[in-house]
Amino acid sequence: MTLKKETEDIETSEKEIDSGECESRTIVTPGEVVAEGNDFLPGEGTRREGKEILAQKFGLLEKNNKLVKIIPLSGAYVSRPGNVIIGRVVDITFNGWLIDILSTHEAFLSIMECYGYVNKRDLTELYDFNDLIVAKIKSVKARSIDLSMKERGFKKLEGGMLVRINSTRVPRVIGKAGSMVGMIKDETGCNIIVGQNGLVWINGSKVENELLAKKAIEMIVEKPFQEGLTEKVKEFLSKNKIK
Amino acid sequence: MAEKYKRADGRDYDETRKMEAKVGVVKRADGSAIFSFGKSQALACVYGPRQFHPQHLQNPEKGVLRCYYDMTSFSVPERKRPGPNRRASEISFVTSRALETVIPLENYPNSVIDCYILILQADASTRCAGINAAALALASAGIPMKEMVSAVSVGKIGGAIVADISKDEEDYEIVKDGKTIKSATDIPFAILSRSEKISLLQLDGRIKPEDLKEAIAMAKKVCRKINEIQKKALKKIKEE
Repeated sequence: MTLKKETEDIETSEKEIDSGECESRTIVTPGEVVAEGNDFLPGEGTRREGKEILAQKFGLLEKNNKLVKIIPLSGAYVSRPGNVIIGRVVDITFNGWLIDILSTHEAFLSIMECYGYVNKRDLTELYDFNDLIVAKIKSVKARSIDLSMKERGFKKLEGGMLVRINSTRVPRVIGKAGSMVGMIKDETGCNIIVGQNGLVWINGSKVENELLAKKAIEMIVEKPFQEGLTEKVKEFLSKNKIK
Repeated sequence: MAEKYKRADGRDYDETRKMEAKVGVVKRADGSAIFSFGKSQALACVYGPRQFHPQHLQNPEKGVLRCYYDMTSFSVPERKRPGPNRRASEISFVTSRALETVIPLENYPNSVIDCYILILQADASTRCAGINAAALALASAGIPMKEMVSAVSVGKIGGAIVADISKDEEDYEIVKDGKTIKSATDIPFAILSRSEKISLLQLDGRIKPEDLKEAIAMAKKVCRKINEIQKKALKKIKEE
């Protein structure tokens, strides 16, 4: 029970990037003029050239008041400070661990950033090779990414299964304020952690439940722009529920 | 030469072969696309930005765009020996140079963007088809690009400036003093969509300066059309 509460803490601490509606959005391609005049501010994925604002990425255009930004539809994970991610231990140094987080670099988790007592003589006691961990990105520099596990809820993942999805679909899987993932959790009784880097960890009492949750997540990833997606996933889950 | 003769396959001078573009063909890649000029077909897959190994190749100032151009052994009438050769490594190099101008690589120090271009079927202008496919794949991989890149080959065949040369036109020969000489000129162009700057220009054959100017003007005109097709292919994603 305490385990479940901890994971909920992580999700609510995540900032919501993407909401449900998509009617007013259009797809833009690089070099396209997305707004004209000095009334607009160029946001993420755009740049200003003279009076025009140009798209610098392929994705969905979103105009929020004066801010123009582009939400990517595909592509590799780009790490940002504050992201909660799932990673795998690939190397152990004298003062920490190197973690593969599917980004441009391997991330570093220092023993200073761990909670509680760490035996410095043998770091494998805490996290060994190939262990999966949930951690937060503390900082992103040109050469390195630093992780932190000091806050509550960050831990080693044991048991369960790991699903890899595209990182641009993560906001869909989480839903508005965690509504989608919360619903899947309730329906399947599984414990789910969604990493911003596209790794999803599912742990349930029965393998059947885990597989059902996995199928639901795959459904969201395949058709992210469907209307009433939450309802459809809910229907799918209640229909296939294992008693 | 004859004034208004159409070309061997009935095309106009500034008309390309039938172009087709499709995005998102390879599921496991971060971005992928197919582009074809008639029978010339190229598949491009983009991975990254990702970790760059071996480490000594890393550039701490900016990221690296690595393009690989390769022809499948069944893409040409006579089986091509698999693997890269001198020609392929040259095209890989010019392709990376043509594409990296639009990518703000300084945002990805020490990492690499890999772009694999595979020619599925070759009927001349394969490097142009490859660049078009690669530009689409890069865009669909969510990589920031200042503008799109479109490529086309323009040439001089029998006195006429024509766009998108086919294999038959490339092999055009004339008989002079009892000798057959290859007389076709082939100029592959890559042109940026918005600023219309030239990021690739190679010349195979001979051309007069005034004809080259005409060829550049034609390449710009044709690339505008190609860009429309690229845009259409990218925007199609939402319907699926």
